[in-house]
Amino acid sequence: MSALTSDVGSPYVDPERRDLMRRKARRDALVASVSLIACVVVAVVLIARSPGWPTVQDLFFNGEAFKKSFPEVLSAFWLNVRIFLVAEPCILILALIVALTRGSTAPILFPLRAVATLYTDIFRGIPTILLVLLLGFGVPALNSDFITNEPLVWGTVALILSYGAYVSEVFRAGIESVHPSQRAAARSLGLSATQTSRYVVLPQAIRRVIPPLLNDFISLQKDTALVSVIGPIEALRQAQIDSSFTFNFTPYVVAACLFIALTVPMTRFADYLNRRAADQRGHG
Amino acid sequence: MNLGDVWQNEGRCGEVSFRAFMEVVVRRNFLLVVPVAVLVLAACGSSNGGGSTTASSAASTPSASTDPCAASSLATVTSGTLTVGTDKPAYPPYFVDDTPSNGKGFESAVAYAVAEKLGFTKDQVTWSVVPFNNSYAPGKKNFDFDINQISITPERAAVVDFSDGYYTVNQAVVALNSSKIAGAKTLADLQGAKLGAQVGTTSLLYIQNDIKPSAQPSVYNDTVGAEAALKSGQIDGLVVDLPTAYYITAAELDNSKIVGQFPAVDGPEAEQFGMLFQKGNPLVACVNKALADLTSSGQLKQIQDQWLAGVDAPYFAS
Repeated sequence: MSALTSDVGSPYVDPERRDLMRRKARRDALVASVSLIACVVVAVVLIARSPGWPTVQDLFFNGEAFKKSFPEVLSAFWLNVRIFLVAEPCILILALIVALTRGSTAPILFPLRAVATLYTDIFRGIPTILLVLLLGFGVPALNSDFITNEPLVWGTVALILSYGAYVSEVFRAGIESVHPSQRAAARSLGLSATQTSRYVVLPQAIRRVIPPLLNDFISLQKDTALVSVIGPIEALRQAQIDSSFTFNFTPYVVAACLFIALTVPMTRFADYLNRRAADQRGHG
Repeated sequence: MNLGDVWQNEGRCGEVSFRAFMEVVVRRNFLLVVPVAVLVLAACGSSNGGGSTTASSAASTPSASTDPCAASSLATVTSGTLTVGTDKPAYPPYFVDDTPSNGKGFESAVAYAVAEKLGFTKDQVTWSVVPFNNSYAPGKKNFDFDINQISITPERAAVVDFSDGYYTVNQAVVALNSSKIAGAKTLADLQGAKLGAQVGTTSLLYIQNDIKPSAQPSVYNDTVGAEAALKSGQIDGLVVDLPTAYYITAAELDNSKIVGQFPAVDGPEAEQFGMLFQKGNPLVACVNKALADLTSSGQLKQIQDQWLAGVDAPYFAS
């Protein structure tokens, strides 16, 4: 639709062509509406006509059960939010360190580079839930006096390690996407390698990868539910508890609504940033 | 023909859909798409009425002259076979070696005893794996009944059918000998402890409603996770039903003990395990008759003594 908006400074469009474009737009709108209505009607009729629909409605979209389990699931959801808020900055820091380590060229840093590569390979390969179980039950089993036994801590650590591997690759891609001429120009101006990284390469790299980073964080918001397998009661677990007592599945729908309520603002924000980044770059 | 007509005729699904289409497309009231969709949904949803799930698998009517509970006239999922469901892994002392079909273990023995009363031989009983969450999921069930330490509650009985109780269960606390609640004698002693339970169990409900500890309980998918947490000290005590507690302390966890069992409740408030059926399944009446026979002949008590021998512990004072 942006082709039709006439903001100041847009190119001149011949009136006849403008009429043509307007008529086409209206026709497109009509076809789109008809198609939408037809799909909605077909879907509604198909769903409402199936013999089990009243049962599904009663078991999954039950208003009573929704009202009853909403407060408990909401207060358990607070745990998800806390895990997410703690894990996010730690993931960013860890991922940046790993990405910079992998990008370094000094030969003396080879062992560190090898460790970083091994870290990303291993932790991208292990399913996150497995990692949560291994760390959540395995580390406390060591029964060491110096390490905490708290399942919440180890669950969050597992999430940080797992997502750190993914996010470090995102950072690495961002750093490598900065044109080599930037680094060459910076060096020729007399900046050292560290200064080049800090003042020239990283700002550009990070700005470029903010949309994919937000993608990973939206995914993290949902994966906080995995911490429930080692004990803490978070939203999904509370929904499971409520559901198993009443044999009704509506609490799961409550948890789903809460997760959506958290992630949708982030996705819209990510879309906005994507559009802005594209505008700044001049649409590729 | 206008929107008012559509509103009045809300009982007829096809007509409403047609009129909705005409209203929105012909008269190009595109803004009405959402409210009209809701009307169509209401019309078509209500046209089905408030019907409950029909036990279509068990709908055959037995002939009037024969006993409705005779094996030949029973409407089972697969005719001639009794399909029993339980979870995997199937834990002792309710099952042995995770093999329900070997007839060993309390619930396996009860299932085979009931099957025998219904007229099925051991070969005619098949077992299917039914995770707990699936047992109460809507839709046609692929088992005749599910036996999985499921406690009968009124909320659950609104969604599925239960047989009469075959075991009165009591909850108990398991702890390591070195745990801080190993010597607890009253419910109040447990309030400062970090307790754990398996999800979906009445053990968890018991913690929340009766013990009411100051720390939130930890909830695990299965007893394996709960035992791991107990061993590493993440929880001070584990609340499970008494037979499971007995098995854990006897065979699975070293240096553990049953701290105590909770005060027994008698009468209708007692917690009982029941077999789970699809709502409306006529098999329930026959199984209840079989259970009554087993109880009066003493066979049920005999099975209980065989598999749950020595299952006892001191009671907590409340």
